[in-house]
This record gives sequence, C-alpha cells and structure tokens, in this order.
Amino acid sequence: MDFISILSIFVLACFVGYYVVWSVTPALHTPLMAVTNAISSVIIVGALIAAAAADVPGAKWLGLLGIVLASVNIFGGFAVTARMLAMYKKKEKK
Amino acid sequence: MVRLLLAAPFAVLATPAHAASGEAVNPWVALAYLVSGVFFILALRGLSSPATSRTGNRFGMIGMLIAVVTTLVTHFPGRSSCDDLAASGRFGFCSDVLVPDWASMTEILIAIAIGAVIGITIARRIAMTAMPELVAAFHSLVGLAAVLVGWAAYLNPGAFGLLVGDSIGAVSKVEMGLGIAIGAITFSGSVIAFAKLSGRMSGSPILLPARHVINLGTLAAIIVLTALFAMAGPTETMPLIIALTVLAFLIGFLLIIPIGGADMPVVVSMLNSYSGWAAAAMGFTLGNTAMIITGALVGSSGAILSYIMCRAMNRSFISVIAGGFGADAGAGGGEAKEQRPYKQGSAADAAFMLEQAEKVIIIPGYGMAVAQAQHALREMADILEEKGVEVKYAIHPVAGRMPGHMNVLLAEAQVPYENVFELEDINSEFAQADVAFIIGANDVVNPAAKTDKSSPIYGMPVFDVDKAKQVFFIKRSMGGVGYAGVDNDVFYMDQTMMLLSDAKKMVEEIVKALD
Repeated sequence: MDFISILSIFVLACFVGYYVVWSVTPALHTPLMAVTNAISSVIIVGALIAAAAADVPGAKWLGLLGIVLASVNIFGGFAVTARMLAMYKKKEKK
Repeated sequence: MVRLLLAAPFAVLATPAHAASGEAVNPWVALAYLVSGVFFILALRGLSSPATSRTGNRFGMIGMLIAVVTTLVTHFPGRSSCDDLAASGRFGFCSDVLVPDWASMTEILIAIAIGAVIGITIARRIAMTAMPELVAAFHSLVGLAAVLVGWAAYLNPGAFGLLVGDSIGAVSKVEMGLGIAIGAITFSGSVIAFAKLSGRMSGSPILLPARHVINLGTLAAIIVLTALFAMAGPTETMPLIIALTVLAFLIGFLLIIPIGGADMPVVVSMLNSYSGWAAAAMGFTLGNTAMIITGALVGSSGAILSYIMCRAMNRSFISVIAGGFGADAGAGGGEAKEQRPYKQGSAADAAFMLEQAEKVIIIPGYGMAVAQAQHALREMADILEEKGVEVKYAIHPVAGRMPGHMNVLLAEAQVPYENVFELEDINSEFAQADVAFIIGANDVVNPAAKTDKSSPIYGMPVFDVDKAKQVFFIKRSMGGVGYAGVDNDVFYMDQTMMLLSDAKKMVEEIVKALD
C-alpha cells in the first residue's frame, strides 16, 4: 500500500476512535484501558513475521520474544477484561 | 514454477525466494486485516454500556484471532527447496513452492503458549485493587514488544518487505525509528508508573534539577537521531538506532519520575495512548490495516482519558506532565496548621444516624481501595436499604489511581451499577441527602476548590457535600491531608462527624452496630 492510503486509514481511524471512545460510559473506563491494552498487542503480527523468517537469527529471536510479550498481553488483557465485565451487574429484582 | 538452478557459489548469496513476501499482495489478506480492525472498533463500541460490554470483549478476541491466524497462514515459516539446494552446492531441480518449516512453527506456537499461560494466570490471580499497576505492567509489555518488532524489522527488512533496492527505504526508517522510540518511552515510563503504583517506589515526585532542560534536550536528540537514521547510508545506521533506542528508554524514565502518585490516572492514560501510537507506527512500517486502526483507536482512547482526567482536576495536560505536583505542598499547609475544633464520632453514633436517614450518598476514594473496604461498604449499604434507606454512590472522575478504578471495585463488591453515579449526575442531589458518607476521599470534596483562589486545587469540580444535612468522614487520622496537601474545611463543619479509623474496620463496626 502506498503511504497516502495508509495515512488515510490512520486519520479516519483516529476520528472513529474519538467518537467511539467518548461513547464509552465512565463506569467502564478501567475495562476500556484493559481491552485497549489487549488489542494494541496486535503488534504481535510484526513479531510473528519476524519469527517466521529464518534467514536472520537475531531478528527471529527478537520476534519470538516479542510473541511471548504480546501474548501475555493479549491473553491477560482479554481475560482480565472479561473478569471485570462479569462483575458489572444490574440490580436483582426482589 | 519449477526452474533449473545452476548452483554456483553466488546462488547462496541470492535473496531467499520468500524474503519479499512481507507486503500483503493478496487482496484477501488485506481484507482479513481490515475485518480484524473493524472487530476492534466494535470491541470498544460494546463498552458504551455494561450490558453490551461482554459481547464487545468477545469481538476484540475474534479480531485478534483473525489477525494472528492471517499472519500465521501468510507468513508460514518455510524455505524453498532452491535454498536448500543452493546451500548444498549441488546441481538439480528445485521448486519455489515453500516447504513448511514445522520446527519454526512449533517455536512460534510455544512462544504463544508461554505468553498465554503467564497472561491468563496473572489475569485470574490479580486483586481488583491492583488493577492500576497491572494495566501499567501490561503497557510496558506492549512498549517492549514494539521495540523488539522495530529492531527485528531493522535487522531483517527483507522479511517485512521493506527493502528498496538493497537497503531500507527512508520513509520506512522514519516509521521504524518512531515506533521504536514511542515503544521504548512506553516501556520505561510504564515500568516507573508500575513501580509507583505498586508501592515498590515512593509515590512522591522525584525532581531533578534542570529536568525540563534535560527532557527537552533528550526529546530533541531523539528527533534529530530519527532524521539522521532515515538519511544515513546502510552501513552507518546501526550506531544511530542504538543511540535512539537508549535515549528513548531514558526519556520515558525521566518523564515519569517527577510525577506524583495521584496524578497517575493521567500518566496511565497517557501511556495507554503511547502504546497505541507505537502500534500505529509499526502498522505504517508493515502497511498493516489492523495495526493502524488499532493504533489509532488505542491512541485516541488514551488521549481522551487523559483529557477527562485533567479536566476533572482542572489542570492542563502540560502541568501534569511537567510533574512536581504535591511536592511543594508542605509549605502552603504549614501556616494553616493551627488546631481547629472538629467533632469526632464513633461507629455506634454513625450507625444510629444512618438508620434515621432517608437518603445516603457514599463517596469512595483511593483510601477505600487501600483499605479494601468495598465489600464491607456494600454490606452496610445492603442493611441500610433493607431498613428503607436510599443509598447511592458518587464517583469523581479522578477518584482512585486510574480512570474508572472505583467503579470496578464497587462492581467487584456486587454493587449494582444503577446505584453508581458520576459527579455531574449526582451533585445536585446532596441538598436532599441526609448523609454524605465520605470514605477514603479527600480532595474531591474540598470546598476550597470552589472558594479559595490560592488553593492548588482551585477550579477542580468537587462534590457539594457541605449541602448535605450530615457529613461522615472516614479518615485514618487528622494528621494526614489529601494528595494536594491542602487542609479541608469539611473536617471542621458543624454537620461533620469525623470517624477516625481504618476505613474497613470502621465500616465493619458500623455494620455490627446496625445489626
């Protein structure tokens, strides 16, 4: 992809992010941080590419380490978000 | 395609056949990353209400699964038999079709499994009160992962499809440099934030002399180094990128040490934002839609949260980042140290008056989190509700150590979220409240924010507890003042009763007295 297409996606995504995040209820700001943290670990894509290419050993090991770190975040982030969200309950009808 | 390979010695030096596969040429691959990005948007959208939030979280997982599987399939570790043939130095037929390299694939899956086990174990075991430091720790991992990916791309540009001729393109190098720099700042900054939040390091600001000059100088050096790195020839880049990485780690550290404990909500949000920008920079390098969309989402999310926190303290973002708040407060507090009369009550007194009340508004703060008083608090509220008292919770945006911290703790104690209100929604109700029950909060109820122009918290929106008929203030002792280091007139009001004790112990005693 050329730079301008990528930049267009980026700028539009910033606007989407702006409106989506303002619509998040303040009560869920902590889960919001946990889940954004999990999804920003999509950086694992780069680590996977590095680890899959065997021709430069240094890059491969950096990639593998990157995979471990990002996986901790992905699994930990989604799991802890799920745990938090499960606690938000409505009032029980008596 | 089958080709006859004349395995001359130079063939070993030839670029491997799969090296240029970094760009997602296949439109389906690009589409898969786009879908993954859309799922991430839906994940955040789900958080607009607790009812849809769980579905949202699941959307996030699906998006991540799509991104990872797509990458694994399109970048399956493999080698063409031509490489093997060339390496063996013999003549023969070979094929450009890649032979799967299962050993490498296993290594990758093991790496994912290790991360999964660590991540899930931590997520299950962590106490809800420790959530701020967990989020800070997670941010540091994203930052470090970004640095590693940036370095891997630098060392093996062929695999990432970054080669222009035989060196990395200048635009790619700028993106790479930015990704590494932002990642490194996120890492070292988050490590300091983690240390401060978890009490491994003092929460008070550490002020270096001339820190603004040092920080601005380091930032300028990073920008200059990025430019030099982009312009340098292939053989000269290594020292530049090393210097860039080291300086970026250093500035992250320097930026956060002067910021005090209670400004951490802003810092954690800001680092959240940085981790997003780091992912976006890497997305630019790889031309990957999923990473760019996610980076933009997370970047704006953190930025908005920082803005909300700053607005709730009536301070500019710059003044928070410049740091030092709360460090010089001792001087201002000194003159106001004259003994003023206050009323102290017991748990029995409080219980008696709570029972008589029609409406109670509870204002939790960081002290409640420290004392782990949320469960006892809910027990108290349950008993009061059974006795026909209306109980509501009022939460200030900066209560606690991260955005939404109090909400999570109350949710953990199974307080229904319909009973929990934000500052603007409940502040008008104090006039009708019989009791304002302050537990572990201080600055957020200080009327000096409304009246005293010289106060460091002047202009900060606060709860109008002075309008309530009675104020109960749970506090460990009269000695300590809030984070801002200012005295609080609420202590000395006629209708205030100070309940001096550990928050959890006091609430438990009230519960006992109510029974």
